[in-house]
Amino acid sequence: MSYEMVIGLEVHLQLATRSKIFSGSATTFGAEPNTQANAVDLAMPGMLPVLNVQAVRYAVMFGLAIDAQIGKRSVFDRKNYFYPDLPKGYQISQFAEPIVGGGRFAFNLPDGTQSEVGITRAHLEEDAGKSLHEDFHGMTGIDLNRAGTPLLEIVTEPDFRSAEQAVAFLKALHSLVTYLGISDGNMAEGSMRCDVNLSLRPKGSDTLGTRTEVKNVNSFRFVEKAIHCERVRQEDILDDGGSIVQETRLYDADRDETRSMRSKEVANDYRYFPEPDLLPVILSDADIADIVATLPELPRARRARFEEAYGLSGYDAGVLTDERAVADYFEATARASGDAKLAANWIQGDLLAALNADDKNITECPVQADQLAGLIARIKDQTISGKIAKQVFEAMWQGEGDADAIIEARGFKQVSDSGALESMVDQVVADNPDQVAQYRAADPAKRKKLSGFFVGQIMKASKGQANPKMVNDLLIARLDPDDN
Amino acid sequence: MSVSGDTIREIAQLARLAVEDDELPALTSSFNAILDLFEQLQAAPTDGVEPMANPLDASQSLREDVVTETNQREALQAVAPLTEDGLYLVPRVVD
Repeated sequence: MSYEMVIGLEVHLQLATRSKIFSGSATTFGAEPNTQANAVDLAMPGMLPVLNVQAVRYAVMFGLAIDAQIGKRSVFDRKNYFYPDLPKGYQISQFAEPIVGGGRFAFNLPDGTQSEVGITRAHLEEDAGKSLHEDFHGMTGIDLNRAGTPLLEIVTEPDFRSAEQAVAFLKALHSLVTYLGISDGNMAEGSMRCDVNLSLRPKGSDTLGTRTEVKNVNSFRFVEKAIHCERVRQEDILDDGGSIVQETRLYDADRDETRSMRSKEVANDYRYFPEPDLLPVILSDADIADIVATLPELPRARRARFEEAYGLSGYDAGVLTDERAVADYFEATARASGDAKLAANWIQGDLLAALNADDKNITECPVQADQLAGLIARIKDQTISGKIAKQVFEAMWQGEGDADAIIEARGFKQVSDSGALESMVDQVVADNPDQVAQYRAADPAKRKKLSGFFVGQIMKASKGQANPKMVNDLLIARLDPDDN
Repeated sequence: MSVSGDTIREIAQLARLAVEDDELPALTSSFNAILDLFEQLQAAPTDGVEPMANPLDASQSLREDVVTETNQREALQAVAPLTEDGLYLVPRVVD
């Protein structure tokens, strides 16, 4: 049977605050266990939560960026369950009145077509600690450093129909939240974790099938693979006449399969109720206007501006605006060099490739934007050829200084002295009488192709430093005396 | 509305409370007495009344995003039953 897949996503985003959502403990990643877990985070008797204003601001920034309704009044609730890495026995979350209500999220698919999904809500909550099940004499070790880290849980409508669409959404979401600066987006450190709700239904049906939830998938690639294997698993069950059990599953990347988390003895019943230790959060229009003023230019707007202002293709503008720091780097290079097209080509080509090879991100790039602009300026004024420029770039990458210094030190200046070039042309013509005869015997329309041989020889003799245009002109004058 | 002994058992389980079978009849009637009281409250007209999240007529004050806590691990772990390598140890739990 042929099925349609229906997917909804829940994304847990760690907000980039310095301190926790309800306490003054630090949120630095990778600290020694429990050195950032204090009395409030440990739920010592009598401790009370005090809400971090920055977590509220970040949540509102997200809501504004997706044109969602902002909850001018939002309420915290207790979500009750017992687990040792949740010291209070409840998680402070938001249920009936979240800080961000419904919105729409538009993004581009890899082929450039636009897609849009509904955002149901986004709410603030605290993260739990970590349980370590390695061998502690048959016991479990608890690290509460992460307990109380602010999370924004973003819930989508079941609007996705393919893994590709879900991954494109997550990439666009990642780009948006890092542009906003509300999260570092570091997926390897768990700053963005995704739960995938997936069900199948016969093609053409408009009732939803029974869904499963695949928890805590923490990379784009794993989301794609988890969706694929869960789809195949459900298809097999349905084709065999079976039915899907609504349950929570885990994606095991090593085996590339999803498997059931041991079902709880009693179905989850979180018994939400208003958190009596926190009052409703009230945002005035002035508060919201203050936050609007802090919003940066967002990826889609910037992409459109890059296409418009710099004449870039949609694809190029997409690559350059995907990451805010790359977009900033491009704009600085384009401005300083006065040539946006060359800047775009160099950044998308050599620069991103070199960063990739050295496993660096753009903020760690050894070549600064004004240095790259200096190199582009020398290509533009024909001091060096594009081929030599690659060597200069490599030298800049190795920290040998600015383009001008490297060109000078290595004697890379393009040879544009017609006397010197003429003698090179004479030499090559004298050394290759057969090719000269062949050239002169050829139909004039084919001569251009044959002249490539001579240009190549001269470029080789000049170690790539001969001005290619001048070489071409001199060659034609020398080889086609009859036509002149 | 009334609840059965099974519901009491479920609620006790969710709250991690040990309830013996012979306690169930008394607990069931106590629960039902409370629910009767709420049934009376349900009769009150609440049209147009905003649900109350907190009895204080005030809104949440917020704190600046500043780290004010220092590392107190040693003091806090001194009162924990078991610790190792900086971790709190608890009976093994696996999902």
